[in-house]
Amino acid sequence: MMLRWLLGALLVLLSGCVPSPSDRQTIRFWVMGREGEVVARLLPEFERRNPDIRVRVQQLPWTAAHEKLLTAYAGDSLPDLCQLGNTWVPEFAALRALAELKPEVAASRVIAAEDYFPGIWSTNVIDGRLYGIPWYVDTRLLFYRRDLVRDAGFDAPPRSWEEWERVMAAVKENAGPAGYAILLPLNEFEPLLALALQQDEPLLRDDATRGAFASPGFRRALDFYARMFRNDWAPTMAGAQISNVWAEFERGLFAFYISGPWNIEEFKRRLRPEHQRDWMTAPLPGPKGPGASTAGGASLVVFRSARHPQAAWRLIEYLSEPAVQVQFHQLTGNLPPRRTAWRDRRLADNEYAWAFREQLERVRPAPKVPEWERIVGEMQMTAEQVVRGRVGIDQATQALDRRVDAMLEKRRWLLARGKSQ
Amino acid sequence: MNAPPFAWVFVGPALLVIGVFFLLPVAAALGLSLTDFDIYALADLDNLRFVGLDNYLRMLQTPLFWQALGNTLYFVVVGVPLSIAVSLGAALLLHSRLARFRSFFRTALFAPVVTSLVAVAVVWRYLFHTRYGMVNHVLDQLGVQPIDWLGDPHWAMPTIILFAAWKNFGYNMVIFLANLQAIPEELYEAARIDGASWFRQLLHVTLPMLGPTLLLVGILTTAGYFQLFAEPYVMTQGGPLHSTVSMLYFMYEEGFKWWNFGVASAVALLLFGLIFAVTWLLLRLSGRGA
Repeated sequence: MMLRWLLGALLVLLSGCVPSPSDRQTIRFWVMGREGEVVARLLPEFERRNPDIRVRVQQLPWTAAHEKLLTAYAGDSLPDLCQLGNTWVPEFAALRALAELKPEVAASRVIAAEDYFPGIWSTNVIDGRLYGIPWYVDTRLLFYRRDLVRDAGFDAPPRSWEEWERVMAAVKENAGPAGYAILLPLNEFEPLLALALQQDEPLLRDDATRGAFASPGFRRALDFYARMFRNDWAPTMAGAQISNVWAEFERGLFAFYISGPWNIEEFKRRLRPEHQRDWMTAPLPGPKGPGASTAGGASLVVFRSARHPQAAWRLIEYLSEPAVQVQFHQLTGNLPPRRTAWRDRRLADNEYAWAFREQLERVRPAPKVPEWERIVGEMQMTAEQVVRGRVGIDQATQALDRRVDAMLEKRRWLLARGKSQ
Repeated sequence: MNAPPFAWVFVGPALLVIGVFFLLPVAAALGLSLTDFDIYALADLDNLRFVGLDNYLRMLQTPLFWQALGNTLYFVVVGVPLSIAVSLGAALLLHSRLARFRSFFRTALFAPVVTSLVAVAVVWRYLFHTRYGMVNHVLDQLGVQPIDWLGDPHWAMPTIILFAAWKNFGYNMVIFLANLQAIPEELYEAARIDGASWFRQLLHVTLPMLGPTLLLVGILTTAGYFQLFAEPYVMTQGGPLHSTVSMLYFMYEEGFKWWNFGVASAVALLLFGLIFAVTWLLLRLSGRGA
């Protein structure tokens, strides 16, 4: 009796180990944040078309994703493919954790590099090697109050810094001491980074091994940024101190706000119907006419340790199909990185999105080094010190360069060693 | 060490646990702090360099480290006496013969200790909100200009100290209360017969009798307060202008945000040394006083 029971238990255990149809592959796919919740709805179609592949999705919260990925790398338990913020690509490329995708793209009938916005595509290219395929894009531009800008005497959004300054001065004059022209939360680096990327000089020099923040270009951007606070056009506040940006925008505390695509849906949802005609988006003004902005977003990457790299690539191809990207846009509000997808009615007719379409042709990647996230944090800290009047621009940018140089010391050592070998 | 051999059988398990979970990690941290372990080294151990005391030396030249040290000392020097004073005050009130509903107040005052820090931190963020917070609302009624509690570099640390003192005083209060109840009533009676006022009774009877407890509470609180982390992590993320970056927060960022485990280990060991030195100092000082 006992023996039969044991045998039965053993059989149950064994049957769990045997794959039912022997040729079926299960790929593991890590997705972050909101995308993780909705991607599951795109997968049944993929699994229908590829009966031999099953996708197991695991959601990661953004706040824990970086740590989890690095720990998984150290513990050799990375999934087959993953959504990766495109500023993390250089880091994981340096870890040699990512598979190169150039041969796959060359052979692909779905993914064509020319169809992607060049600034976004290039965030995935490190030292000439392609490590990721853009999944969705994120850039920053102007959300503005049409009525406030009109009341200030302008009937179009500014295109250059000079125009922008004139509009802000006029808006501020209308608003009085309790109102402002623009909201630039001091804990967000993106607005200043966008202004800095509009300059001709790069932010890092010597093969990205030293800071170039004392260059005239960055100083010009920082000066413009700090001037908005000095003239009291922007309130000296961190994001946490404005509890409800949308309510304040509606109330008219400020007329301009530099933000990203997710806020289109938020503004539509949170502003009252009578205010819906009062807001619009516009490309970011540049020093002389329309300027560049940040090339953010997320990419899809295949890890070198993937057990089913080909199946993972098939999933990337599927998720990159223009029709699927439009569907993804419908589900999340994320903007697609392919021009073809933008021709779809559902995007072309979205009047709030067209400014993003225009801006995406002019996005520029930040320097592609693993240390960048830390450098940009230091940049924003320096800007906050300048804005709060703790230190002058010249002194601040030189000190910033010294700190950045120290952070990149290992990189210089690695490059020097690489050359000598 | 004349312990018979079989004694090792009894202490063995404990030693093993301490060895594996305490001594080994500390030794590993010490080793790590002498290298420049970072993500490049994680990719390929060939990229690991033995740097000797460089991490320590470079840390001493990092302004943020000094700021973190300053912030931590600020937190300890203001926070520990404040926290102990509030604990003692609350314990005396609860112990007072005049107190009503003692068990209710004891529970209520102890409640912050057992509530989740993250949850109450969120509530405090609302209370101290610049525009809509209750604290500024009350101040406004008194004609005081609104204060940007968590956003102003000068006010953020005092707010954190207030929060920490409120969150933690209940624990020490219970210890004090237990000790107050153990002081013989005869001593007070004798003092009263001698005509001692309430304050002199406190000074010459209560405090001396609480001496050893004060020392214990002082050491525990100091060691705990040096490890300030969760409060700034939840409420300010070290900001504004790094004014609430503590040593431990600095270590966390170096280690788990930037993956510089060499530097992070060095910070951890320095913090360990600091807490050790301060505790030793406290013990010495109290030894001389007795």
